[in-house]
Amino acid sequence: MVNLTINGKKVSALEGTTILDAAKQNGINIPNLCYLEGIHKIGACRLCVGEVEGAKNLQPACMVAVREGMVVKTNTNKVRQARKILYELILSDHPQDCLNCQRNQNCELQAMGHRLGVKEARFSGEHSAGGLDISPSITRDMSKCILCRRCLTVCNEIQQVGVLSAQRRGFKTVIGPAMSLPLNTVSCTYCGQCTLVCPVGALNETDAIQDVWQALNDPNKRTIVQTAPAIRAAIGEEFGLEPGTLVTGKLVTALRELGFDEVFDTNFAADLTIIEEGTELLTRLTKALTGEGATLPMITSCSPGWIKYVEHFYPQELDHLSTCKSPHTMLGALAKSYYAQKISFDPRNMYVVSVMPCTAKKFEISRPEMQNDNLPNVDAVLTTRELARMIKEAGIDFCNLEDGKFDNPLGLSSGAADIFGVTGGVMEAALRTVYETVTGRELPFANLHITPIKGLEQIKTAEILIENPLEDYKFLDGITIKIAVTNGLAGAKILLDQVAKGESPYHFIEVMACPGGCIGGGGQPRPTSYEIRQKRMNAIYKEDEGKILRKSHENEYIKQLYAEYLKEPNGHKSHELLHTHYTPRGKYNELMR
Amino acid sequence: MRIKNLEDLVKIKEEYNSKMAEYNYQILVCGGGGCVSSKCGEVKEALDRCLKGYGLSEKISVITTGCMGICALGPVVLIKPDETFYTKVTPEKIAEIVKSHIINGTILEKYTYYDKARQLYIPNINDIPFFKDQVKIALRNCGQIDYSSIEAYIAKDGYFAAAKALSKMSRQQVVEEIKKSGLRGRGGAGFPTGIKWEAGLKAISDQKYFVCNADEGDPGAFMDRSILEGDPHSVIEGMILGGYAVGANIGYIYVRAEYPIAVERLSTAIEEARRYGLLGKNLFSTDFEFELEIRIGAGAFVCGEETSLMASIEGRRGEPRQKPPFPFERGLFGKPTIINNVETLANIPPIIHKGAHWFSQFGTERSKGTKVFALAGNVVNTGLVEVPMGISLGDILFKIGDGIPQGKAFKAAQAGGPSGGCITKEFLNTPVDYENISKIGAIMGSGGLIVMNEDTCMVDTA
Repeated sequence: MVNLTINGKKVSALEGTTILDAAKQNGINIPNLCYLEGIHKIGACRLCVGEVEGAKNLQPACMVAVREGMVVKTNTNKVRQARKILYELILSDHPQDCLNCQRNQNCELQAMGHRLGVKEARFSGEHSAGGLDISPSITRDMSKCILCRRCLTVCNEIQQVGVLSAQRRGFKTVIGPAMSLPLNTVSCTYCGQCTLVCPVGALNETDAIQDVWQALNDPNKRTIVQTAPAIRAAIGEEFGLEPGTLVTGKLVTALRELGFDEVFDTNFAADLTIIEEGTELLTRLTKALTGEGATLPMITSCSPGWIKYVEHFYPQELDHLSTCKSPHTMLGALAKSYYAQKISFDPRNMYVVSVMPCTAKKFEISRPEMQNDNLPNVDAVLTTRELARMIKEAGIDFCNLEDGKFDNPLGLSSGAADIFGVTGGVMEAALRTVYETVTGRELPFANLHITPIKGLEQIKTAEILIENPLEDYKFLDGITIKIAVTNGLAGAKILLDQVAKGESPYHFIEVMACPGGCIGGGGQPRPTSYEIRQKRMNAIYKEDEGKILRKSHENEYIKQLYAEYLKEPNGHKSHELLHTHYTPRGKYNELMR
Repeated sequence: MRIKNLEDLVKIKEEYNSKMAEYNYQILVCGGGGCVSSKCGEVKEALDRCLKGYGLSEKISVITTGCMGICALGPVVLIKPDETFYTKVTPEKIAEIVKSHIINGTILEKYTYYDKARQLYIPNINDIPFFKDQVKIALRNCGQIDYSSIEAYIAKDGYFAAAKALSKMSRQQVVEEIKKSGLRGRGGAGFPTGIKWEAGLKAISDQKYFVCNADEGDPGAFMDRSILEGDPHSVIEGMILGGYAVGANIGYIYVRAEYPIAVERLSTAIEEARRYGLLGKNLFSTDFEFELEIRIGAGAFVCGEETSLMASIEGRRGEPRQKPPFPFERGLFGKPTIINNVETLANIPPIIHKGAHWFSQFGTERSKGTKVFALAGNVVNTGLVEVPMGISLGDILFKIGDGIPQGKAFKAAQAGGPSGGCITKEFLNTPVDYENISKIGAIMGSGGLIVMNEDTCMVDTA
């Protein structure tokens, strides 16, 4: 332990602790703007500076480690004045157009000004160039960028996609893809993690709210909405509820009050995915073990950021991906076919909206592969944040809403579908069904949770031994199924490198592009920290455990869907509506031409 | 040949000196950047032709050296052993000089240095005020030897310090010697070199690096370029000593791309040193190994800052990062790294060779040794000078620099580049050392001194 004095308080902290953390542990919150706990500290904004006895200059608290006998003052006139001027200088190169900004009242720069007691923008001067870049998923407004570089760290180190970097120098510095190319021409996966950490309005999802309002107000349109599992565990935060508060029922009611004609649950399609993907896995395993040959490991395909990542960086490995569409596009396809037929409605007048924790899904729905009969499976994607804004705009008192229920037939789901929202969940859901299909027995884990693949670690693995299988699966007797799960693209890179080298020991891999899985998606409420992910994850597991129906294959509406319409898993109709193919892109999109 | 010990060096030195003694004359043609620009190449060609014409090619050695310092009068030529210094030499003049000086034995006074104040010619280089008041440690060989010859460097006791340190001194002793010498970083900030090295020595790691910062970028500054061009081996030897002292076996010299001649001469020198076994494994028959590589910058001024420089060597965008961690803790590729400037390193071999006491006799109490300055702007003797610390700024500008041209009045001297300041007339008596320069609001900086006369608008300058 190191003993030091901060603002006259004698405190001690572990060696290596920064002044900022040591202060925080002792009830002193030093203002800071660019710092992001556990992820990003470069001392760029300088707002956390303090006086350190013996040091010539003010020292950034986020960077400097505590030393024995150190005397730190963070609240002197000199410090306060420096901090204020530093803030004002940042502000002088910022549009200060708060009323028109998406981040108004949820902006770290704005909040800091209030906190520091800055009442006017004293300095006016030249503004850096800025520039607007609108991609299908992400909108970059570089005039608002304060060069904190959180997005750089997330893009290069956490996700290791490496699309964003600093371009040009000094005052002309702009954060963006190389050579100032727009995002939609580079290998951006649209994971949106950058939008999650941006302290200002420089990085946001590309707005779909206006399109959705328009559809809702169009009397000729039948509006259908579906929500992903991760929304119910997170959207409450936008209304001041504790992270991890489950608001499934309120969410349904809010969507109905917004004017949607049907409120479906993407979870239904998650159950369907398990049937389709599980069947695909068994088919591949059968072929591999009976000598016919099949590409293994099979890798999940629910996460569109992950899909685009593979298309860019491992285009030669696309055969490993399951051909299943992501659940919400499956549901969209079914809404415009199965459901439209059921209610005798012209699908051309249907408007399907997906509420997703994800920015990559905005791009996904624009892919030519995601159409059937010349109709897009899904017409618009709203992020969790966007839906919250719509609810607020509509004047809906979210926290006091009665609980509502999803509409059927595309609304019932099992607990297995709920856990699609968290890393390890798709794998567990699949194995709950696959194991039972093969052995006729339940997955041999307490509470059906495969504990080794639960949690927020980067890469998790497990082995499951198949013993005494049913007659049809005798060839699997004694086989150990090896699985791996990863969240975040840095982990995906590790597993994919093994695959590319032909050294992957696994049969089945689950990848979710965002750290934590969909609960930490790029479209989720800000902030999304490690602790918040944890709380959302716990909420998701609680939702699962609270259900009587825990396994996808037990969902009655799924059975009905196959009986009435699809006939059999991986059948002709399934392939038409629920499966897809992938596009090799290459790192520089060189394979696209 | 592969040099294994001090005796090998002494042998080379003696051979080289006796070879040189056989010549009647040595004619030194300045090949510094300034003289190259004013076509010293043509002068050298003319000289070779002329001597050949007289059949004297075998009797007289013609040597191209590094910068002699007085760039305003280039191309310059020094004839030894007479120590006669000819200025503004052209191919036409050289024919006259050879005829008069070499053939007839008469100094051709009208082409030698002219002292305007005293209105007389000063043929002997040692009588010229510009040279007389200088003390050359870092520039000891610049303009004195053939920069391209490792033997010439060895003949000036080159690599003697390395031989001594590696075979007779412990790492700690080398560090102690540098600490005792009082040498401070010549890049500008003046951090005590010995203390930096000690931190490097104490850092625990499987790999350490030693880096030479040759990304000289301050306006008007060309001290480091001249050293690299005129005496590249002094920097290499400095790095071997530094690498040994801190325990680094890989060194990088980061040179800016705008210095192509320096890169070329340095590359040749590194290859020479490698050929002589002065780089590589088992230096001077010890276990110590040291390899050296050049890294070329891409034109960013900021890469002269050490953390940016390291990022650039690593192949990343050259941008500063917060210190701590200091380079000696986590530097290049995350490993302990010691970074020194070119001039600092050029000072190292003489300190180890002649001892800390010898070095510390120059300079002031807290600023030991000498400092190289590049005089530029409105000063008669633009060029490169090395002066003992503590000399007044006025002496540098008026005695050595010979004042302001055309009888104009002095207005200010900009010192220390963009982080420095402008020093005005009332501060001309300030002794030039780290503390006193800081006290008047400028900084010592790397050594660029831009002189401005009464016609300069300070608002425009700012």
